[in-house]
Order: sequence, then C-alpha cells, then structure tokens
Amino acid sequence: MSRLQDTIAGARAEGRSALVAYLPVGYPDVDRSIAAMVAAVEGGADVVEVGVPYSDPGMDGPVIQQAVDPAVRAGVGMRDVLRAVQAVAAAGAVPVVMSYWNPVERYGVDRFAADLAAAGGAGAITPDLIPDEAGPWLAASEAAHLDRVFLVAPSSTDARLAATAAACRGFVYAASTMGVTGTRATVGDAAEKLVARTRAVTDLPVCVGLGVSNGDQAAEVASFADGVIVGSAYVRELLEGRGADGVRRLSEDLAAGVRRPVTVP
Amino acid sequence: MTTSAVHPPGERLEPAHPSWPDATGHFGVFGGRFVPEALIAALDELTEAYRAMRVDPAFIEEFAALQRDYTGRPSPITEVPGFAEHAGGARIWLKREDLNHTGSHKINNVLGQALLTRRIGKRRVIAETGAGQHGVATATAAALMGLSCTIYMGEEDTRRQALNVARMRLLGAEVVPVTTGSRTLKDAINEAFRDWVTNVETTNYVFGTVAGPHPFPEMVRDFQRVIGDEARAQVLERVGRLPDAVLACVGGGSNAIGIFTAFVPDDGVRLVGLEAGGDGVGSGRHAATITGGTPGVLHGARSYLLQDENGQTVESHSISAGLDYPGVGPEHSHLHDIGRAEYRPVTDAEAMEAFALLCRTEGIIPAIESAHALAGAITLGKELGPDALLLVNLSGRGDKDVETASRWFGLGDREHVEPGAGMDTDQQPIEGAVTSGDAVAGQDAGESA
Ligand SMILES: Cc1ncc(COP(=O)(O)O)c(C=O)c1O
Repeated sequence: MSRLQDTIAGARAEGRSALVAYLPVGYPDVDRSIAAMVAAVEGGADVVEVGVPYSDPGMDGPVIQQAVDPAVRAGVGMRDVLRAVQAVAAAGAVPVVMSYWNPVERYGVDRFAADLAAAGGAGAITPDLIPDEAGPWLAASEAAHLDRVFLVAPSSTDARLAATAAACRGFVYAASTMGVTGTRATVGDAAEKLVARTRAVTDLPVCVGLGVSNGDQAAEVASFADGVIVGSAYVRELLEGRGADGVRRLSEDLAAGVRRPVTVP
Repeated sequence: MTTSAVHPPGERLEPAHPSWPDATGHFGVFGGRFVPEALIAALDELTEAYRAMRVDPAFIEEFAALQRDYTGRPSPITEVPGFAEHAGGARIWLKREDLNHTGSHKINNVLGQALLTRRIGKRRVIAETGAGQHGVATATAAALMGLSCTIYMGEEDTRRQALNVARMRLLGAEVVPVTTGSRTLKDAINEAFRDWVTNVETTNYVFGTVAGPHPFPEMVRDFQRVIGDEARAQVLERVGRLPDAVLACVGGGSNAIGIFTAFVPDDGVRLVGLEAGGDGVGSGRHAATITGGTPGVLHGARSYLLQDENGQTVESHSISAGLDYPGVGPEHSHLHDIGRAEYRPVTDAEAMEAFALLCRTEGIIPAIESAHALAGAITLGKELGPDALLLVNLSGRGDKDVETASRWFGLGDREHVEPGAGMDTDQQPIEGAVTSGDAVAGQDAGESA
C-alpha cells in the first residue's frame, strides 16, 4: 500500500494531475510555515512536501535558500517538522517529508522512519540520496511502511532510471534541470522526454518539478505528468509577504491548472 | 618497500595500497556519493575517463612533462636547523611545495584535472577556492589550456585573500564572490555545485581537495601523491632513513594525503595531520573537523564534519582561509578511525608563532595554512626529542598572507615599520607578539584582514 500512489491515482481517476506543494518548515517561523502549508491544502494541494531546513541546500536556488536560511539559524529541527506533518495530515492532504540526507542521518534513520510514520507522514523525498547509498533508509522505510521517493534526471542513463524507479515507492520524482522560467517549449521538451523515458521502465506515477509558477504552466506540465510539483513559487508568496492568503490563492490557481491539461503543440 | 630514486612525476598514479577506496568510492564507512541524481552521469563520466587516463602512456608523459617544465617538479626538500632549535632539537626537513609554480601544492591536482577536462571534451571549468590558491592554480591551468574559467570564493575570503583575487582576474578567470551562509569555502562549494548541476553538459568541476563525491577524493589523492613519492625517496637519499613522523596541515586534506600516501605502508612512520584549532577547540570557534566533529554527510560524501544536533553544518573559524572548512576528506576520516593517522588541533596563535619563527630563522615565509603543520612540528619535536626526524609538508608560500600577518603582528598600516615590530627581534617571536592573551586581537586580525 502506498498513500502517495493512491492519492495520485485518485487524481488520475478524476482525469487530472495531482498538485504537490513544497514549503519549508520554519519560515517565517514554525507556526506561520505550518499555517502556510494548511492554506496550500485548502487551496487545493493534494500532497505537501514538508521541507526540512538544511544549512547547505546544494540543489536549491536563491528563493528557497532565502527562506531556509533563517529557519536553520532559528534552530528548526525534526520535532518541528513532525508537527508540520501532523498538521498537513489533519488538513486532509498527504504529507511527505523533503530532506537532504544529513538531518535524517543525524536524527537517526530508524528513529526518523518510526516517528514520521507515527506523525502520519506518507514517506520522504531525499534529493541528495541515491538508491546506491540508501541501504539503511530502504530498510527503515520498509519496516515503517513508508514511501520513498528518489529523483531521476535528464542525464540519467536508462539503466539508472530503471534501478532508481525500482527503488522508489509512491512516485518517481523527475527533476528536469530548470533553465530560465518562461522558455516553456524547451523546458517542456526536456521534462516530457524524461517522463516518457521513466514511464518506459516503471508503473509508478511520475511527478515533475521544474519551476512551475502559475496555473498555465501547471496545465502544461499536467498534460504529460501525473503530478505537478511547485516549490519556489509558494516560497515567493511568503518571501514577498503575502502570507497564507497568498499561498491559498496560488494553490487555487495551480489546482485549476492541473484540472485543464493542455496539449502542447 | 624501499625506493632509491625520485619517481618521475606522474609515474605512480595508481595507488600503491589499493585497499581503499572500493569501486564506488568508499574508504571504510566514509566517502561515497551523496549528490543529486543530475550529477551522477557527470561523476560516472569523470570516473571512467580518469581510470582510462591514468594508465594511458600519452597522458602520463604529458602530465610528467607539465609537472617538470611548468610546475618545477620535483620540489626540493630543505633541512631547517635554525627552526628546529625551537622544536626540541629534532631534525626537521621541509617538503617545498611552496616553490611550485603558483605557490602551492594545488597546481599538482589542477594540471591533472585540466588534462582530464580536455579529454572529456569540455571547454569550461569551475572551481571553489578558500585561500585562493586552488582558484589561482585552476585559473592558471585554464589559461594554459584555453578553457574558460569561473571561480567561486566566499566574500569573506575575497577580502582576506585579495592578492589571489587579483591574480585570478589577471589570468582571465571570472571570480564570483559568494554571499550566502558563512561566506567562506563551504558556501563557495555549494555555489560551485549549483553551477555544475545547471551547466553540467558544458562544464567540468575541478575540485580542489580530497573531499566531495567519488571520484574526487581518489583522483585528487592520486594527483597529489607525487609529493610523498618524491619526499620519501628524497629523505631516504639525503638522510638514509625514513622519518619518524610526517606532518601536514589539513583543510580538506589534499596536501596531507599527498604527502601521507607513500608512507601509509611504512608502519614505523607516524602520520600527523594538523587541523585549524582557531581560538581553541574548546571555544567552539575552530575548524578542527576530526578533533571536534562527528561523522555525517556534507558536500557529497560521508566523513567527519562540524555539525549541530539537527545535522546543520556549523560554521568554522580559522585565521587561515584555506583551512576554514567544517568538513574533511573521507580518507582522513578512515585513516583516523583505523588509527593509521592522528589529527591534532593547532590554534591561530600557535600557527602564527610558527609562521614568524620560520620567517626569522630560515628566511621562508610560509602560507598560514602550512604554518599549522610547522606548529605541529614544534610540539611533536619537543615530545620526541633530538633524535627525531620529522618531515613537514610546506604546502604553500605566504605571499597571499602578508596582509593578514602584518595585522596580526601589528606591522601593517604604518608609514615606518619598526624592524621586527610586534615580533621578538631576538629571532624568538614565541613570547613576543603572540602570547595567549593576543588570541582575541588575532581574531580581529583574521576577520578584518
Ligand atoms: C597553501 C595551502 N595549504 C593547505 C591548504 C588546505 O587544503 P588541503 O587541506 O586540501 O591541502 C590550502 C588551501 O587553500 C592552501 O592554500
């Protein structure tokens, strides 16, 4: 059983893609970050990636860094993350933790899995952990019945795509390297190709994260992906002071987008 | 295992002790690859190309020629009896990596990686730098080989190593000051990785030390091991026996691995890494990663690192920009855990005392990084006594540090500098400028330089 896969399949059954919202715990502070996550759910997010703040977020651009940095300085930790997980579950969406590997390892892999499951989390996305190095996490997620999501990239060989997808449960995260937002044709091409290659090796849903920032772009990605992952655009709502209301409005726009997939010419 | 002649540089790239790393880059429990999937293809490409290159006679010849004609290898070893008088009378020899072209050991690695870049057909290189020595070496190799070059450097370091920023720009490199986090080496590495993830199709990352994801720790070690291969043969030839201890400063650990590797099979030779103790490990303001850290994952590999209870990297502190790093290469963590090497902290004050001593007794201005190894030799020499034979890696020269050192010793910003002002004029700066009470003043010097 996989809660993420069931949720995404449920969206598919409604003829749409799932909306996956990322927000980091602790910006502007823990309570308001949780309120923002709940607002994202109210606006229509199906899944919330609950971000663990990390001091060295090598995969993140300046927007997410700007929000995560003060959270790290404020000492936000796994206890706060678990509280956010509970709140998202209570709001009716599926929470999945998004964490660079060191905070998980420091907390203790088995302890993390057990506590996450107890808090109502569906699993975790680990952007800097490849299945080759994931032995303890594969075992712990198995024991706690958690989903585990690894990333694939346009540069992944077919053999790696297959092996990575085989290690995933819930969905496969297609990280298409983001060029400049707005160059949609090229961005869509790379992502769409990656999704097609991934589908060739797995039956799991494939979700795409590539810097989508509005409903129209969400609709475009929804035309080829099972889920649309949006991060920086949500964070920008908070950075620019629009708070939970801004997050809710953005979710509504994006949720409408994933319900009207367009065919890209 | 004895060696009677200096190895031609580049002859022995393949490790003499192949028990580590394993095929996927693990040194015991350390190392590996903790990176986004987007980089795996590039790391695989590098690994394969490197493995093919290091046994390719054409490469070996070209690399050897560059090291000889361009870098100036082999670097000599120099006995320093005047300095050794202050180190319990032990015999001390320095391995003179400061005499290399560009002024440090960093060029050894960079020439290898630049040839590799050309081999895989990429035209752009990026690198991180702390002290600026790796940045200067990379900019140099890029100029030599016609590659475009971008260097990431913490804003804090661009100030305290301004000379090297100017050098890099003269060599045609773009220098990007990094303003995130602690604005030092750690953050420069983050930015370089972000650049690499985005531009991986056209760009090669020339990593500057034996840290980072596989294959960097192995590859950089192999490019740096020429230091120890030469030095081992040189000491045997000049002194007729192996040293009792080999000492080197440890930031990420490349000069230390470079000089250690040839001696690892020599059980009687102590391998001593000197970490940056900053204001003292007890103060919390230091960069002594193995002494004061715990195992975890940073910058693509498992190793010791300075971290808090949430797994957040703790900012490091050192007067030396090149050692101001909260991580360390995985092979050092392994050598520490199996007891083959020992790691000791050296405070800013101790390092600057040794810095001044070498200047005054031997006419050699060392890099502040290397001065940490010299300070370790003073302590160890006193522990071991006059029969001891110590080999110290002088990883770089101190031109880049004159500003910081002048401030530390109170020599700068004056129109007429008294000869030896701030330093003991009796060639014993030990009690003069740098008493323990100056640690705080020194701190300011480090931060404002
Ligand atoms: C002269 C010198 N020595 C040592 C280091 C530290 O690096 P590593 O520990 O990799 O040798 C540096 C780094 O900038 C350096 O410039």
